[in-house]
Amino acid sequence: MKTNWLPRLAGAWLGAFALLAHAQLSIEITGAGAQRLPIAIADFSGERVVAQALGSVIRADLERSGLFQIVDAPAVGMNENSAPNYIEWRSRGADALAAGSVTAQPDGSYATRFRLHDTVKQAAIAGQAYAHTSAQLRATAHRIADAIYEKLTGERGIFSTRIAYVVKSAGRFELMIADADGNGAQAALASREPIMSPAWSPDGTKLAYVSFEAKKPIVYVHDLASGRRYVVANYKGSNSAPAWSPDGKRIAVVLTRDGHSQIYLVNADGSGPTRFAASPGIDTEPQFSPDGKFIYFTSDRGGSPQIYRQPVAGGAAERVTFDGSYNVTPRLSPDGRSMAFVTRDGGRFRIAIMDLGTRQVQVLTDTAKDESPSFSPNGRMILFATEVGGRGVLAAVSADGRVKQRLSVQAADVREPAWGPFIP
Amino acid sequence: MTLRIAATLSVLSLALLAGCASQPAAPEQTAAGVEDRTPSAVVASPPAVAPVTSAKPNPYDLAALKDPNSPLSKRSVYFDYDSYVVKGEYQALLGHHARFLAANGQMKMLIQGNADERGSREYNLALGQKRAEAVKRALMLLGAREDQLEAVSLGEEKPVCMESTESCWAQNRRGDMLYSGEF
Repeated sequence: MKTNWLPRLAGAWLGAFALLAHAQLSIEITGAGAQRLPIAIADFSGERVVAQALGSVIRADLERSGLFQIVDAPAVGMNENSAPNYIEWRSRGADALAAGSVTAQPDGSYATRFRLHDTVKQAAIAGQAYAHTSAQLRATAHRIADAIYEKLTGERGIFSTRIAYVVKSAGRFELMIADADGNGAQAALASREPIMSPAWSPDGTKLAYVSFEAKKPIVYVHDLASGRRYVVANYKGSNSAPAWSPDGKRIAVVLTRDGHSQIYLVNADGSGPTRFAASPGIDTEPQFSPDGKFIYFTSDRGGSPQIYRQPVAGGAAERVTFDGSYNVTPRLSPDGRSMAFVTRDGGRFRIAIMDLGTRQVQVLTDTAKDESPSFSPNGRMILFATEVGGRGVLAAVSADGRVKQRLSVQAADVREPAWGPFIP
Repeated sequence: MTLRIAATLSVLSLALLAGCASQPAAPEQTAAGVEDRTPSAVVASPPAVAPVTSAKPNPYDLAALKDPNSPLSKRSVYFDYDSYVVKGEYQALLGHHARFLAANGQMKMLIQGNADERGSREYNLALGQKRAEAVKRALMLLGAREDQLEAVSLGEEKPVCMESTESCWAQNRRGDMLYSGEF
């Protein structure tokens, strides 16, 4: 047992790395929270390669969140059953400590366990066991990081979620799906023509997007597990900007079948298009509020592009943004209390957030070509596209503006990010 | 108001079609009568009609499409930033294309609207559509039939110039006219 799993696993890893290396998103942390909780993740006990991989993924997840500071843990041979010397861990500066083990099972799978300790209260505060295959090692580490994050911050972790984005390289467009840490990127669609506006279905099983593969923009829905897809909107002119209703039954799309860009609602299978809003100019970028009651959208009906909202049940549109001459791409936070959007200030396009209760606006970024904001499902981070050194990259900023990350792919333009929902 | 414009436009295009049928060599036609009521997306300044010498063959026959010296060889209309107003300087060019379409009823045209890279991709897709529609409406006003024309947008997705400079952006704020067989 001990002699045969290692080469097998190592081989699988090398193969995966070789396949994915060209499209690997690398994440660089460019700003962190003011107060970070010091935590130590002791090396898991068990086979060295597997245990080290687990520990490093958990540490990287927590560190990347900007809310934790990783305290070095000496190799003390701990597992989930060890009674830690709390005084000693406190003296190392760790307010929290996680330890665990990974055990190879006779059938080739693994059993992984961890326990989280509060060194101030001197008590174990969480623990969990997971059965998984070698291919699910990273996923297990993300689950453990999620559990630690939730216990210590009180909000759900997003380390097990996925992101979608579009990579453009040498006349080729790829719609990629990757883990939230950029690993395991896979192409869901490759095309010589542009792909834009990916939108996750609320259950995370499908993506709606706009593809120009038929020489004009058409909206498709793509089932990720089966690779099957269908056309949701292909009318005369352009079809774009898909947005799912929170119950997944309807999709808002922008059609130009009556001349100019207007918002319609269609059933999730594309049937039954009905006009949602009417204006003599441009209406686009619809997004449902999380309670499903409003659609927020961009319109130039007032003379410049601004954000409006209109009740789904019927009623008049109400203007939401007033400052400046260009406010576009409304994206509601999962709790519905705030809205991320793109605002133009001089010639610079930046990500801003509005508290929908007070209508107060805070500009979150200091880059100049920010586009396509997308909230993490816990509302903590906003992923967006920007440009650094003439190249498209993804970046993330926390909703309070403190934590900043940059995600880039070597020698390619990355754009159009969409953060997927929680995975049950 | 909208209805009145539509009625005015269709009367005018009928008049133009009639004019073209009887006199293919571009009758003098001004749009002065509708100028005040023209929607903002269409600038109806009087078209400057290039004189056609009698020695030449019909300048709107099919071969003219391939003639690099024909005004029909010019296929692009350029727009100001954040604007979908067809500038007056393009009326003559659009007049040639409208008369070609009127003289060749079987020909169809795809109008592709484009935007520069700045700002939202989806908003730019809508802006490109508005630009394509503005070109389409100008061509209809000048004599082309609606069923000959389709307006689509490529947004900021197909730039002809890749640098982040004003001169580059200006080239990308564009409506392109493609004829049957070219798209």
